[in-house]
Amino acid sequence: MPLPDAERLCAALAESLRGELAADAALVGIHTGGVWVAERLHAALGLKTPLGRLDISFYRDDFNRSGLHARLKSSEIPFEVTDRAIVIVDDVLYTGRTIRAAMNEIFDYGRPSRIDLAVLVDRGGRELPIQPRWCAHAMSLAPEQNLQLEQGADGRLELRLAHA
Amino acid sequence: MKIHVRNGRLVDPAAGVDRPADLFIAAGRIAGVGAMPQGFAANRVIDATGLVVCPGLVDLSARLREPGLEYKATLESELAAAAAGGVTSLACPPDTDPPLDEPGLVEMLKHRARQANAAHVYPVGALTVRLEGERLTEMAELHEAGCIAFGQALAPVMDTLVLLRALQYAATFGFPVWLQALDPWLSRDGVAHDGAVAARLGLPGIPASAETIALSTLLQLARDTGVRIHLARISSAAALDMIVAARASGIAVSCDVSVNHLHLCERDIGYFNPHARLLPPLRSEADREALRRGLAEGSIDALCSDHTPVDDDAKQLPFAEAEPGASGLELLLPLALKWGGEMQLPLATTLACITADPARILGIAAGTLAPGAAADVCIFDPDGRTTVTRERLRSQGKNTPFLGSELPGRVRYTLLGGHLAFESAASPPA
Amino acid sequence: MRNPQLNAAGGLQHLLTIEGLPREILNEILDTAAPFTEVAEREVKKLPLLRGKSVFNLFFENSTRTRTTFEIAAKRLSADVINLNIGTSSASKGETLLDTVDNLCAMQADMFVVRHASSGAPFLIARHLAAMGYDHIHVINAGDGRHAHPTQGLLDMYTIRHYKRDFTRLSVAIVGDVLHSRVARSQIQALKTLGVPDLRVIGPKTLIPADAEGLGVRVFHDMRAGLKEVDVVMMLRLQNERMQGALLPSPQEFFKYYGLTADKLACARPDAIVMHPGPMNRGVEIDSAVADGPHAVILPQVTFGIAVRMAVMSMLAGG
Repeated sequence: MPLPDAERLCAALAESLRGELAADAALVGIHTGGVWVAERLHAALGLKTPLGRLDISFYRDDFNRSGLHARLKSSEIPFEVTDRAIVIVDDVLYTGRTIRAAMNEIFDYGRPSRIDLAVLVDRGGRELPIQPRWCAHAMSLAPEQNLQLEQGADGRLELRLAHA
Repeated sequence: MKIHVRNGRLVDPAAGVDRPADLFIAAGRIAGVGAMPQGFAANRVIDATGLVVCPGLVDLSARLREPGLEYKATLESELAAAAAGGVTSLACPPDTDPPLDEPGLVEMLKHRARQANAAHVYPVGALTVRLEGERLTEMAELHEAGCIAFGQALAPVMDTLVLLRALQYAATFGFPVWLQALDPWLSRDGVAHDGAVAARLGLPGIPASAETIALSTLLQLARDTGVRIHLARISSAAALDMIVAARASGIAVSCDVSVNHLHLCERDIGYFNPHARLLPPLRSEADREALRRGLAEGSIDALCSDHTPVDDDAKQLPFAEAEPGASGLELLLPLALKWGGEMQLPLATTLACITADPARILGIAAGTLAPGAAADVCIFDPDGRTTVTRERLRSQGKNTPFLGSELPGRVRYTLLGGHLAFESAASPPA
Repeated sequence: MRNPQLNAAGGLQHLLTIEGLPREILNEILDTAAPFTEVAEREVKKLPLLRGKSVFNLFFENSTRTRTTFEIAAKRLSADVINLNIGTSSASKGETLLDTVDNLCAMQADMFVVRHASSGAPFLIARHLAAMGYDHIHVINAGDGRHAHPTQGLLDMYTIRHYKRDFTRLSVAIVGDVLHSRVARSQIQALKTLGVPDLRVIGPKTLIPADAEGLGVRVFHDMRAGLKEVDVVMMLRLQNERMQGALLPSPQEFFKYYGLTADKLACARPDAIVMHPGPMNRGVEIDSAVADGPHAVILPQVTFGIAVRMAVMSMLAGG
């Protein structure tokens, strides 16, 4: 199955957000793929509020089963969260558990006025009542298939499909 | 009861014997060696094919915990352990509760031991009342009650003048004095050898000088008083050197080492293993090597178990708080064989350290298989193994740093005064 | 003998001592601690990692300060924290250490933070838990006798790495009562494992272990010589009961020869950092001018300490 070009999807996602965001809205990318996408959206939309980054490891619901991962990154939220409109940005939306963890984490920084979700690809298979407001591409994958966003040596983003 | 021990390898270190020979026992004594005495009709024949027949072991220090410490062990439990270990004679130190400082206590202990009839018990009387190092005990009375020597176990005599008087008094009657050299000040609060392991684990140390300083005092007082002194449980190379030098200068002195110090050193504390909490402490590897050589060369006179049963409640504590001591009656033979094997000694030399040599220090007619001697005999399988587990130890004290080890040798029969005090199957139960 | 704090897979089951932990595990703990430092700046200073877990602070020796840092760390991880000062309860009623542990296991404990006056006590507890089959319960040593204080050692490493980056080029001096110090032992083991090439201890002979060289350090009795060109000065606390008696004649004399003053600190490198595990005895082991001066990183140590303890607790609880 041919996969869409990730860079083009980023551009399309940026277009769909344009004009939809409040002036002081903030983007928050989820490590690692979501941060790459958020960086492109932030640049394309010329947002004033600095970009936020989340490592949701501390909020994962499978901590008791799989523990902490090595190579944790710090979350950085370089703006006041309370009363701000926030867009969570991720690369691939699957079960929705990562987004739940991200929302929990954001609320520990303050009470946002609203949270929206923008994703590059929605691959289906949701386990929680979570839907993106913006989605550049939708497809349906089997559970054993694993869709990942990768960054090449030249900096280009690329989607890759692997079998678990 | 007449017993014919057939086809065994007879090792009698006292007589310099190591040869295949039958042993004949009648009326509690050795009736003959080699050829069957005339008219001998055995009630029982023990097939000792492949087994070693040697004198019953003599242990210079085994705590039986009676009177007063029955929650740690009882005379019955520990004498059963002795029999299972091939030990037929043992000396017990005076640190019971109350200490063995009155003839009545000693007589009761002797009486109880005779009733149990599993090993000969030789009490060491207290040198000072309540072991407090202040007033002399009635040594002559205690001797009549059955004490073979006088000592302090691990209790110090702080006042050197009292010590001098005690040695003078013992010398008056020719009583031997058995003491451990441990300076009470330098060993105060200490729980491990003051070396690399104590530094690493943060354990308060006991320097080797705690032993040599106390030893120096004892040797000088022994010279001045002429008392027969036995230095119990030496632990350092420096102490051994001093004893060798003292002998060379004409001081009559004997000494022993415990099975623990023969095989273990400070490293065996591992991660705070309370079973390796001993007094004197396990010292450096160099000290252990010196002790192993010293025993082989005869500068150390005897090997003992230093059997000290400790209840779990007193042992399952942080290292420094755990009560010192290890159970050892059942390990005396296996650990002697292990050492002898590693040092490549003749079997008779190894066995002398736990039979004839300690018997000489005790001053008892034991440790020999000469015709006419009491029939105290240990028959063991030199190719068998003793696996040390809590379940298999008969002693009430399950505390030994050798738990989990498999050691050489396995006692098959123990004869005490011609009766069978212990007997085990050819192979251990699965 | 297997290191009793590692599980069969070589992972961390308990944190009992720095000794025997490979460099990778030390680095993993320090790396994991980094993102935890940021939590303190949030509106809600709480992470859900230990939600529903019970952490028992088992303090057989009183230490409000250490207990508080563990309590904060556990609470920031959303654990339920139960503080037990055993020194004043069960032990005085004759209950043994292991009786107490058995009781708490029956109360569904998930983690014990143990402080005890006797070296090795947390090992006894860890061994007992293994023997009883309580593999899901983790033990953190919060200081045992003179033996170890591994989280203090780790937070000190975090602090040094924060200011100095590369351990393999450092000269480090540890000053004061090394003999009785669990902190010093953990620091020495951590610094050796992380590759510090020049490690010194400074103090009078009464406060240095008999076989200090066996620990891999150089011993100095002259403080100025010992501080020469060092990058890191780690001061130790001198306990009150040791200031006068057979170990030292007086706190004044100790301060004169082994107290850290600006004058002595001038022997170290100009960019040297000064550390202290706290609580400080000003005018005994350290002069106020140094404690409050530009070289001191004593308060950052405290802040990093929370993050390091959160990291350790998370790594243990996450298996």
